[in-house]
This record gives sequence, structure tokens and C-alpha cells, in this order.
Amino acid sequence: MKPATYILLLLSLLAQSACTKEKPHDEKQGEVVRASIGPIKTTVKMVYIPGGEYMPFYGAIDSNAVKVPAFLIDERAVTNEEFLSFVTANPQWRKSSILRIHADTNYLRDWPSDLELPKDARPDAPVCFVSWFAAKAFAKSAGKRLPTLDEWEFIAMADADTFNARSKKQYSDAIIQLYMEKGRQFKPVKQSAPNYWGVYNVFDLIWEWTDDFNSIMSIGDSRTGGENNNKDLFCAAGATSASEVNNYAAFMRFGMRTAVKAHYTIANMGFRCAKDTSNQTTQ
Amino acid sequence: MKAIGFLAVLTFLLSSCSFNEAKERKLPDNSIFHLTSNWKNQDGKSMKLNDLKGKTLVVVMIYTSCKSACPVLVSKMKQIEKAIDKAYLPAINLVLVTIDPENDTPEKLKTFAQTNKMDEPHWTFLTSTEEETQEFANVLAMKYKKIDPIDFSHSNIITVFNPYGELVIQEEGLEINVEKVASTAVKIAKENN
Repeated sequence: MKPATYILLLLSLLAQSACTKEKPHDEKQGEVVRASIGPIKTTVKMVYIPGGEYMPFYGAIDSNAVKVPAFLIDERAVTNEEFLSFVTANPQWRKSSILRIHADTNYLRDWPSDLELPKDARPDAPVCFVSWFAAKAFAKSAGKRLPTLDEWEFIAMADADTFNARSKKQYSDAIIQLYMEKGRQFKPVKQSAPNYWGVYNVFDLIWEWTDDFNSIMSIGDSRTGGENNNKDLFCAAGATSASEVNNYAAFMRFGMRTAVKAHYTIANMGFRCAKDTSNQTTQ
Repeated sequence: MKAIGFLAVLTFLLSSCSFNEAKERKLPDNSIFHLTSNWKNQDGKSMKLNDLKGKTLVVVMIYTSCKSACPVLVSKMKQIEKAIDKAYLPAINLVLVTIDPENDTPEKLKTFAQTNKMDEPHWTFLTSTEEETQEFANVLAMKYKKIDPIDFSHSNIITVFNPYGELVIQEEGLEINVEKVASTAVKIAKENN
């Protein structure tokens, strides 16, 4: 054969091998299934909340109270152990295969591997470093959903004795004290007293995701009724603003919800699940 | 003569190779095309976001009955369209996603597209369920809240994605820099041509 032919042959082989090298893995093969969710069983007790009228701390429309329909809520946050069973049943949510759009790189940060809890972590401590997407998927897998912001804040109005303790000065002060405590997320659930509804750890362990956390729009200080809002950023933003300016704890929660994005994972942020009562249609 | 034959084979191999690369590059981890949500376009065609793969996307979330900020956003999208060199429009998809799936049916989106002269092939309107819309909004870090049966308050964001579904830039507020969005979209379209 002529040298030119050799060169051509060589070149075509090279082209072919380059092509094979660049060729991606078949997307179907060896890839986790993302479209469906494997069911898990949880044993957590759910508490029936009859609902009622409530004045949202923030986001009230024309200062009208919001009607919260009856719902069921987990008496405590989802634990490390439960989250482990969720990722065991759902490989697509393990730390090695979760999509970056669904969680940042800190997802389950201290887990040494996909199916291993951090060495010093208690299985019955709330799971943290989970994104909103992961929390939502967990809830779905358990046949539940995340609580709405109104539902969460509705149960958060209670102290140990009353369903609405907002007017007690001590209520807000006590929460702020709890918020200041470091490392509280490592403690097991249900070690402190439940609130009026029988719901545990509303404030003392972690921050919790809510389903519609992204409905909060506040830019800077909107205590004055929204006149300082950057209205350019939000359509009709002035329509929603704060109702109780002394509830600093609530301000902190709302600040948090404004600041986070759904793929964020945070050292002391976890979640609990909720459910519609049986006479309502589930979402 | 043999050499010519080889040359032909080689050319074929090379061209098929680059073709495959563009089409089959593994989706990056942060691609929106991994999302499994179900959508309908303005023609009522069912689709996944993955069906938008291969074009540069300029995406905004609006609702058609909006009287305040959305008309501004819609006009921004049209300004972006105008600022894009016509030669690149076939490689770019201008996408409007409704945050009001209950009211914004495919038919309503179609009418809206026609009324606003946004019915050329490079315009796509999408509607889904409330849950899947919320998921997509959260991917864009877009905030919204239904404030009465017909109105929403919402943040104003225009996002550019490359043909693999990776977020390239986001412009926020009503002072969106039309030139920047358009030139970014064209630049990506060129790079992935």
C-alpha cells in the first residue's frame, strides 16, 4: 500500500477512536431512574390540626386573616434514620447520584458514603443538609407532602398552653433564645415538651422547609408596609407585608425563607411532613 | 482511487462523529433537561423540558392575565427577539412559562401568542400543573404567590440556558438588560453551532 493510504487509514482509525472516546455512556444504561419515587414506610405519629383563621406574620393580603383548613402534621421532624431508608429505596436521591439542580454539593455533607450515617450522628436526630427538592421527594415517597408556610406558621403560634401565644412577650423571647443555641440540630427529636397541639421541636432543633417557601418576597426592610420594597423586582410586591413587628423570631424565619434557594442544603435545616385530612383530596 | 475511497469514509466518520457529539453529549448534572415534569405547549402538544434540548433557551415565567409587570416582561422578551440577529433565531428558543396553569390553558396561551405576535417557531409557551410549575420556579429561584383568584405577585427574572440545559445568566428586575440577554444567547448559539 502507498504511504498516503496508510496515513489515511491511520487517520480514520484515530477519528474513530476519538469518536468512541467522546461518545457518552448510553443515557438509559447504568443511569438511575428519576421519574418515579419508591415508597417508604414511616412510623411517625401525625397530629390532627383542626385549622382555623390566622393572621400571617408576613404576606397577609390587605391585612386579611388567612383560613387554614384542617390538616395532619408529623409530630416531629424527619430523622437521619428515616432519610437513610428513603435514599436506600431511592438511589436517585443518594448523595452520589443526586442532580446538582436538586441539591448543592453539601447535600448530606457528613455522610461518609451513600448509605452510611455520619459516625457520631444519632439516627433519631433530625436530618439536615437536605434541599427542598429532596425534602419534597421524601414526603412524596412517604405518601405525604411538605406543610405549607401557613400550616407551619399556624402550629408555630402555639406555646405549651395556648394555640396562639403570639401576644405573650415570653413566646418570642423564648424562641430567640432557642435559635441562638449552637449544635442543637444534633440532639434527638422529642426530648423537649410538645406544644399545645402535641407537636414537638417546632423551634428548638432545626429550621424547617415549607412547601411554598418561595412565596415570600421581601427585599430589605418591609415593616413599613412595603414602601421600601424594590417593586421592580416583584410584581404586586407591595400587596404583602409584615403584620407583627415585634415577633423577631418570625422575622428570622421569614428572612431565612427569603434567602434560601430550593437546592440549598444547610447545616441546621431539615423538615417534617404533612398530609391533607382524609376528607380532602390529596394534591 | 483507493485513497479517494478512504477519504470519503474518513469524511463520513468525522462528520458523523461530530454530529453524534453534539447530539449525545451526556447531560450535565445541573441541566434542567433532567427534570421529569410534564408540560403542554401552545399547540396542546405534551412535552418534557428535554424536548427543548439542542437550542439556546431564553426563559421567563409570567401569567397572561397579569396587568402590571408581566406586560413589561413580555415586551422585554420581544425586544430580546429583535436584538437577536435573525440568522441565529432558528438556534434559539424564547420560552414563556405560565405560573397560572389553572387559567393559562394551551388555547389561552395560543391566543396570547397570536395577539402579541409571538407565534413564530422560535416562541414556545408552556403550561403544566401547579406542583410542577412550582418545581420549575424553584429551579429558577423565582418567587411567586397567588394573591387572589386572578392575580399573583412574583419576581421578574429572565434566564438563559445553553443547549444542554445549563443556566448561563439570569437578569432580574424590570430594568432587564435586553442587549446583554440577546448577545449572550447569540454567543451561546454560535458556540454550539
